[in-house]
Amino acid sequence: MQSAKDLKGYRTELKGALDNEFLRTSMDNFAVAYRASRANAFKGMDVDAMIRDVAKRKSAAISHMDELFEEFKEKAEKVGVKVHLAATAYEANELIAKIARDSKCKKIVKSKSMTAEETLLNHHLEDAGLEVTETDLGEWIIQLRHEGPTHMVMPAIHLSRYQVSDLFSDVTKKKQTAEIEKLVKVARRELRQKYVEADMGISGANFAIAETGTIGIATNEGNARLVTTLPRVHVALAGLDKLVPSLEDALATLRVLPRNATGQAITSYVTWITGANECQVTEDKNKEMHIIFLDNGRRALAKDPDFKEVLQCVRCGACANVCPVYRMVGGHQMGHVYIGAIGLILTYFFHGREKARNLVQNCINCQACEKICAGGIDLPRLIKLVHAKIQDEEGHPLQSTLLAKLMKNRKLFHTFLRTAKVAQKPLTSNGYIRHLPQIFMKEHGFKALPAIAKKPFRDEWKKIKPVETRSKYKVGLFSGCVQDFVYPEQLKAGVKVIAGHGADLDFPMEQTCCGLPLQMMGELDTLKEVALQNIAAMDASKYDYIVTLCASCASHLKHGYPKLFANEPGLSVKVQQFADKVVSFSTFVNDILQVDAAEFKHTGQKTSMHYPCHLCRGMGVVEAPAELVEKGGMEYVPADEAQTCCGFGGTFSAKFPELSEQILIKKMTDFEKTEAEVVVTECPGCIMQLRGGAVKRGEKFVVKHIAEALAENKIA
Amino acid sequence: MCAMDNVALFTEKAKLVSAVVSEIKSLEQAYEYTTELCDQKEACQLLLSGCEEPLSGKAEDLCQLKDWSKMIAAPGLSEEELKKFIPLAKEKGISLIKDGVRNHLGGIDIGFTVVDYGIAETGTLVLDSSSEELRLATMISEIHVAVLPKSKLRATSMDVEKELISYMKDSPNYTAFITGASRTADIERVLAIGVHGPLELHILLWEDN
Repeated sequence: MQSAKDLKGYRTELKGALDNEFLRTSMDNFAVAYRASRANAFKGMDVDAMIRDVAKRKSAAISHMDELFEEFKEKAEKVGVKVHLAATAYEANELIAKIARDSKCKKIVKSKSMTAEETLLNHHLEDAGLEVTETDLGEWIIQLRHEGPTHMVMPAIHLSRYQVSDLFSDVTKKKQTAEIEKLVKVARRELRQKYVEADMGISGANFAIAETGTIGIATNEGNARLVTTLPRVHVALAGLDKLVPSLEDALATLRVLPRNATGQAITSYVTWITGANECQVTEDKNKEMHIIFLDNGRRALAKDPDFKEVLQCVRCGACANVCPVYRMVGGHQMGHVYIGAIGLILTYFFHGREKARNLVQNCINCQACEKICAGGIDLPRLIKLVHAKIQDEEGHPLQSTLLAKLMKNRKLFHTFLRTAKVAQKPLTSNGYIRHLPQIFMKEHGFKALPAIAKKPFRDEWKKIKPVETRSKYKVGLFSGCVQDFVYPEQLKAGVKVIAGHGADLDFPMEQTCCGLPLQMMGELDTLKEVALQNIAAMDASKYDYIVTLCASCASHLKHGYPKLFANEPGLSVKVQQFADKVVSFSTFVNDILQVDAAEFKHTGQKTSMHYPCHLCRGMGVVEAPAELVEKGGMEYVPADEAQTCCGFGGTFSAKFPELSEQILIKKMTDFEKTEAEVVVTECPGCIMQLRGGAVKRGEKFVVKHIAEALAENKIA
Repeated sequence: MCAMDNVALFTEKAKLVSAVVSEIKSLEQAYEYTTELCDQKEACQLLLSGCEEPLSGKAEDLCQLKDWSKMIAAPGLSEEELKKFIPLAKEKGISLIKDGVRNHLGGIDIGFTVVDYGIAETGTLVLDSSSEELRLATMISEIHVAVLPKSKLRATSMDVEKELISYMKDSPNYTAFITGASRTADIERVLAIGVHGPLELHILLWEDN
């Protein structure tokens, strides 16, 4: 439960988590194991199509939320359930407390409900003098420790068996061993008694099926079955977003949810409850059953064009499982009540700006969550939108405003970069900045930062533009500002590789930054202005392709731009035409120009590849780079986790240098294991991070843009 | 997918979640299997903490377990079927009950059920547990023995959708999907069996046609 007051306090908490060795090891093991078990669970299935199907069903349900509620209520009430709608978290909690009072319940057993975590239900009920016991093992453990969950599916993943053993020794007043099997038995025994004594059971619901008034609950432990069976009163608490029209919707979602959550084909138990069922301890032999639907902003969210998507979340927790930041610091730092990428968004809506302010900045924008989301939610984009909203509400920080002002005017921006080159002079040696200027904090020492180049690419373009004897394609070259002003040699190498294949290259001088840093800083207005400048500078109708050597630019131009203007008539067409022509360098060279191995001398140099987030996930390019390495005369040696983030994330590494460093170290270790002499990649940001780290750490490998590696071997 | 494929797939998937799968030709065979299994196992270990202390009447009920040697609950069976089952159990000194499961919340040895459907894709059993006795028998037993008639095996959950809808329409219903034994990975992500429900799931595939 992250609740630091300011970014500085938050960074201190993050550092504490980074120093927690147990947490780090278990998170690392989990990240790797999860990926394998998920792949195995979906083996032979079209995952993307299944996810699209779930997203479609959830999206349809959200747009009919009110009607579904009415239908559910009618059906469920016919079979003896009282259906309630709570407008706010407090209302939901108070409704449940009242049901307990009216039905003279004293002891409550509870199975897992994220919605109840959202409303902080336990506190409310305990304040009302009720005894509440969580029965999901992980939830029980954190309840006994007075903590919040650190994962939506595995709430106690941050704790070791020794901590649990100590805790259980306290609870039972008997010394417990640290054998997990035995600890689980202790919980079985202790909790069985709680079930027997309880007069109310509270559950959540994974599905609320309108056509039959049925709720569906997925658990592995089977605790929800006991919770909904033994006590005489059952209250189910569910968000309105859990409503789906039909059983078919629930079954289709259920084929994705457990596979995505834990890599299980299905949970051990799925319980479908329709109406007030038999309960032998009551007078009329029937259960008293209530279902409380929680609004808490959901009905408004459902109508918000940007944010309605967040209601497609099925609470599988996968966005945390694949998040490189979560992997470093765990759920107490990567969420408030809701954890992971979805938590960064939901915290703002359900728990407020105060709690979300720092949290929302802790997204490295690697898109791993977007790719894995069972509900098909564009999580990184919505995180940035929340960030922008908070800045709009509280005022933009000075550096963010300055950046926006500067970038709005291309000439001013480029002049600034040229001036910076002069200003840095006394500080540079061998192309790296020797001592960090004051504006950077000392934590940046983990990597060597590059200096601004002597001459930007744009100043050399006229001289190096290749002359093609026969023109097959008209191609616009989009440089991005880092390659233009810091790494012009990468662009020159790219031009050399492209030359001789009939690509008529054009480099429009009016092009400017793609705008991604503005998105990261929450400067959405300027972001749009900058995008329009680029679209005007590079009239899509002039080109067959728009090529960029920066994967981050490519992905932002291709997928970010259309979303920026999706709702703006007159602009969306032009923007989409522009976006449709954007390709990554490796795709262009390998798949379109189809360069041949005969063009390169064979060196057999062991070469590994770091797949930039925005290349493998953003652009969906995973095969071309390895093929190019082989065609280019090198030997391709794959690294472990070659597709995970390098820790750069643009402005992220400036805001959270400690995290950035730890992610980088992991990458460096993976490359060391390959014994590669060269590591190539396809994004200047990744190069800045990886090369900076390799130089600083004295690694045996050198880091190059894939264009540079190819250009070196190209036979003139 | 033909029926044989479903049997093989179901068996593979159920075993993956540590269910014990066997094939039987008749229900009598299932009763023999269950009696044998109960005879072999140690008496129910689950004693509620505090049983050694003086307790209130209600709580003491839970501890009566001590007086029982071993117990099987088979609430779903007809009188006629029970007549075949009881002598087998009796011979081994095992009590067989068909109701009053709530009196044994401390735990019973085996819950015996004939399930309604099977789903091959995930090795899942579908059981209409609207009867509280039946529901509890599958929850508080240490071993759940489930007979699955082969004629009721379907390829995916989508293939039981219509049947489920008919359960859920217009009357209270409690239907369970059961896949393997009760499990948790909540401590250090280490898989542990039997945190709340059965520690073992035995599935008897019944050649019923």
